[in-house]
Amino acid sequence: MSAKLWLWVNQVAVDVPAGANVAAAVARAGAHFRRSCGGEPRAPLCGMGVCFECRVEIDGVAHRRACLVPAREGMRVRCDD
Amino acid sequence: MTDAHDALIDVLVVGAGPAGLAAARAAASHGAQVALVDLQARAGGQVWRPDVQRGIAPGLHRALAELERGVPVQWHLATQAFASAPGRLLIEQEQGLHELRYRSLVLATGARELLLPFPGWTLPGASGAGALQALVKQGWPIAGRRVLVAGSGPLLLAAAATLRAHGAQVLAICEQAPAASVRGFAVRLWRWPAKLAQAAALRTRLAGVPYRCGAWVRAAYGERKVSEVEIETARGLERIACDQLAVGYGLVPNLELARQLGCATVPHGRHAAVRVDARQATSVAGVYAAGEACGIGGIDCARIEGAIAGHHAAGFDDAARALYPRRQRARGFAALLPAHFTVRDEVRACATADTLVCRCEDVPLARLQGWADARAAKLATRCGMGSCQGRICGAALAELNAYPVSSDSAAGASLMRPPLFPTRLAELAQAGFSPADASASVASTSIASQGSTS
Ligand SMILES: Cc1cc2nc3c(=O)[nH]c(=O)nc-3n(C[C@H](O)[C@H](O)[C@H](O)COP(=O)(O)OP(=O)(O)OC[C@H]3O[C@@H](n4cnc5c(N)ncnc54)[C@H](O)[C@@H]3O)c2cc1C
Ligand code: FES
Repeated sequence: MSAKLWLWVNQVAVDVPAGANVAAAVARAGAHFRRSCGGEPRAPLCGMGVCFECRVEIDGVAHRRACLVPAREGMRVRCDD
Repeated sequence: MTDAHDALIDVLVVGAGPAGLAAARAAASHGAQVALVDLQARAGGQVWRPDVQRGIAPGLHRALAELERGVPVQWHLATQAFASAPGRLLIEQEQGLHELRYRSLVLATGARELLLPFPGWTLPGASGAGALQALVKQGWPIAGRRVLVAGSGPLLLAAAATLRAHGAQVLAICEQAPAASVRGFAVRLWRWPAKLAQAAALRTRLAGVPYRCGAWVRAAYGERKVSEVEIETARGLERIACDQLAVGYGLVPNLELARQLGCATVPHGRHAAVRVDARQATSVAGVYAAGEACGIGGIDCARIEGAIAGHHAAGFDDAARALYPRRQRARGFAALLPAHFTVRDEVRACATADTLVCRCEDVPLARLQGWADARAAKLATRCGMGSCQGRICGAALAELNAYPVSSDSAAGASLMRPPLFPTRLAELAQAGFSPADASASVASTSIASQGSTS
């Protein structure tokens, strides 16, 4: 767990270990993931790509499942804050 | 559509977990052209998910090394198989849609956790148990956090051990099954020495963590995130303060692709599994299935069934038959699970009238009651029409016995129209694959399959 990489979550820089996914970066930034249609904050439920509770915007593409996308250096993540 | 993927693939495998990797290896060992598709960015499936701290599991390392020794396999990772028709599979990657054409297809799509609603289950900080394990293996911050693990089945122990290895303070493991039931499971394990050894190793890794049988989560509380959990035990209600709650009630097979192809299913508890014959062949010609998709059985089942499916799919029946006795043994272990970890009625009764069952469309339990069937409920409330397309609420409702899962393949297919996952319609149109086409081909496969059932 030596290498680290940096990415942006809601314009805040966070680091994650190499091999981490975007969900880990969002959690480390302390941000919430999406907001439900009733307006409540939601966070990952299934961890494996089936529930869609972890949806965020990644590099300008909306509705990507943060649990499925590997974190990459310099990535820009936006959550529905 | 690019031409890169246009060549006809002999054996196309969906799922790169233990079952899919074994199928790929078996088929490739006979010189077949094999391609592997998986939604995850890395191979390994659920049990062999690479870990940011501990790297690649030895089992995955071996499986990949064995694959490398044979004919090269075509890899499509971070790839969703989301619509299919006989001989063709539509895949979606970051770059767009492609079509793969195949002679034989092996569905090794595995399982997901059974997640049941209770008041507070939508709060951030509450997730599945295997789910939190998967997240932590990929860098989710857990060191120093207080975690309560709950639900049912042996996966709770594996999940808790991973969390602990990453520095979590595991407060307790609450197993809803009664102690006598869990003991009954443990004493039968001697027939599977590898499982026994695994259980013993887990016990050592979890030394000091209370394992409480007959205890289940009633509700979670917190302001914007979980901070306290109410559990029920024989001695009454108890409140436990924690940072993270991980609850899973075992596993249910992933059937979307199988259903869409028109593969017949069989009842699996209150859920369903792909129906296969001794050859791991489904009711649809040229389509095989292996591993958790055929019923929850764990890694040994997955590997042996994957190998059998791969040999048959490549046309090498003798190599496959030689493995049949080992499969029988592995499935014997699988049969123990439902017998000892049945979800108790009190757990099914945890959701109250205003507990959201459909998390995508925010539909509470009260609005889901009183409809003739799942379809009527869906049309009236939008339950199951959101992003997850009923993957979470469908299994929950079946477990709550609100709307049982149909094991009739035609009904299954009509509930599971392509695209399997939400995708941009424009992309579908560009691929020349309209939703109307796709459902027409689903209908014709299910009719065709009625004649070819063995
Ligand atoms: C969250 C979770 C954690 C688990 N942890 C453990 C553990 O620690 N120890 C243990 O012994 N068992 C564990 N299990 C049990 C596990 O299911 C089996 O041990 C084993 O992984 C089953 O192998 P499989 O190949 O049948 O399925 P899986 O390993 O589940 O592999 C199926 C693969 O198919 C892919 N897939 C499914 N549908 C599609 C699609 N439409 N398109 C593309 N790809 C698709 C999935 O991404 C997945 O990688 C876990 C299960 C889950 C759900
Ligand atoms: S956590 Fe369920 S899809 Fe990402």
